[in-house]
Amino acid sequence: MSRRLLVAVCALIYFFLMLPLLVVFPISLSSAPYMQFPPPGFSWQWYERYLDDPQWIDATWRSLYIGGATSVLALLLGVPLAFSLVRARFWGRALLDRLALAPIIVPTIILSVAIYGLFAKLKLIGTWYGLVVAHTVLALPFVVLVIAAGLRDFDRSLEQAAEGLGASRWKTLARITLPLLRPSLVSAGLLAFISSFDEVVVALFLAGANMTLPKKMFDNIMMEIDPTIAAVSVMQILLVSVVLVLIGRFGRGLRDSAR
Amino acid sequence: MTTRAAWPALPALILLLVFFLFPVVRMLGFSVEAGTLDWYAKALGEGLYLRVFWNTFEIALLVTLFCLLLGYPLGFLMATTTPGWATFGFICVLLPLWTSVLVRTYAWMVLLGRNGVLNRTLMESGLTTDPLPLLHNFTGVLIGMVHVLLPYMVLPIYGAVRRVDPAIPAAAAGLGASSARIFWRIYLPLTLNGIFAGSVLVFVLSLGFFITPALLGGGRVMMIAVLIEQQVRETLNWPFAAALSAVLLVFTFAVYAVAQRFTQSEATR
Repeated sequence: MSRRLLVAVCALIYFFLMLPLLVVFPISLSSAPYMQFPPPGFSWQWYERYLDDPQWIDATWRSLYIGGATSVLALLLGVPLAFSLVRARFWGRALLDRLALAPIIVPTIILSVAIYGLFAKLKLIGTWYGLVVAHTVLALPFVVLVIAAGLRDFDRSLEQAAEGLGASRWKTLARITLPLLRPSLVSAGLLAFISSFDEVVVALFLAGANMTLPKKMFDNIMMEIDPTIAAVSVMQILLVSVVLVLIGRFGRGLRDSAR
Repeated sequence: MTTRAAWPALPALILLLVFFLFPVVRMLGFSVEAGTLDWYAKALGEGLYLRVFWNTFEIALLVTLFCLLLGYPLGFLMATTTPGWATFGFICVLLPLWTSVLVRTYAWMVLLGRNGVLNRTLMESGLTTDPLPLLHNFTGVLIGMVHVLLPYMVLPIYGAVRRVDPAIPAAAAGLGASSARIFWRIYLPLTLNGIFAGSVLVFVLSLGFFITPALLGGGRVMMIAVLIEQQVRETLNWPFAAALSAVLLVFTFAVYAVAQRFTQSEATR
């Protein structure tokens, strides 16, 4: 009886969670010249407008390669960091642990304004690599959390066996440790990519005239509610779905990292 | 052993020091550049700005409360249902979580506007005659923020309910306890840490929220992050923006420090 009530309440909450994601689909396919609901007819016009506009396409490419570069850099720095934090014992380890997670805790607006101040001085505003560095700071905590969770559940006896059989440390790392960690690496890399691809506050300050996709969307929303945004949103939702499927298939379950 | 050494942390440490700690400390330093605390007096003394802090605090509290009210039933159901339905639940929670805040905020503008989906539906069904004011006000910001932050509440609560040994409620039920009694006497006390962790996370994230209040508030709902952005980009008042940032940061850390006294939350423990 009370279980049924719980299920009914949760059905409404699921609806609340999914409603904004679902509502952009019909609007993106609307034939109306402006935002109208329900759509009077079907058309691909907003997708065509997106694909025909070099500004949108530029912004999309820029976001894609900034996201890719962020993902690579965050893994290169974050994986060794996670190894040290989980396995090494050294002075200041607890402090470093806090520092590595701090970018999640410190409000993004403060980080954005602070890096904006520094980059203005260094003439890094509007450069793609400047954004990659800032996005890497934001992505690092995700990588550390996911890799650290993977390392905690790691069966050390496999490494010990490899070393006992004469494998060097590097060979053990390359042939045993990293392959076994692959699901965590996949999840961490994809989460770092999405966190950069979606990021808007830092981009608002640092991108300058070189728009990323979220910054272009923000500017468009501020000016007018044009259904082109709905088409872009649909594509963004589909991309996230693909990434989540990839994580579910090849990565370490998000359920585990949710703890 | 190589994988046990401390030095692999060095490149990341350098990145964090140069592009995170240094710029933040440097920026906060602007607030006392003149050698006085005048900017802090302005931030905490003038009614206008004090109101913004109070507003932010009030919104963060309400968002946390609503997230808890919606997040507990959801986390509870997901932790106690069949694996198939749990997966469905995870899709409904994780898909919005990883969808851009911008996409979700735009969608709420479409839903909540004067001629938006909700008002259209309500008026056509005859439930209301005039459009409800849902956008560009407090209500709109609240709805948008609860939607964005709800997953952060659901996940820790799900984890806490999962950790409850199912033999305990089963034993209580066998001894004749009602489901309400099982909830109040077993689940609630055993999942308090999850409730606490989720609430702290949602509250702290709310304090620094920028995109949702900027877009759904329509300039009428001023939160501290929106004020900081204005000071930097419109009035170019760096010292004041720095003082506001410092106050926000102190609030944020204070909430965490209090939370840490109750829970242990080291990532790599």
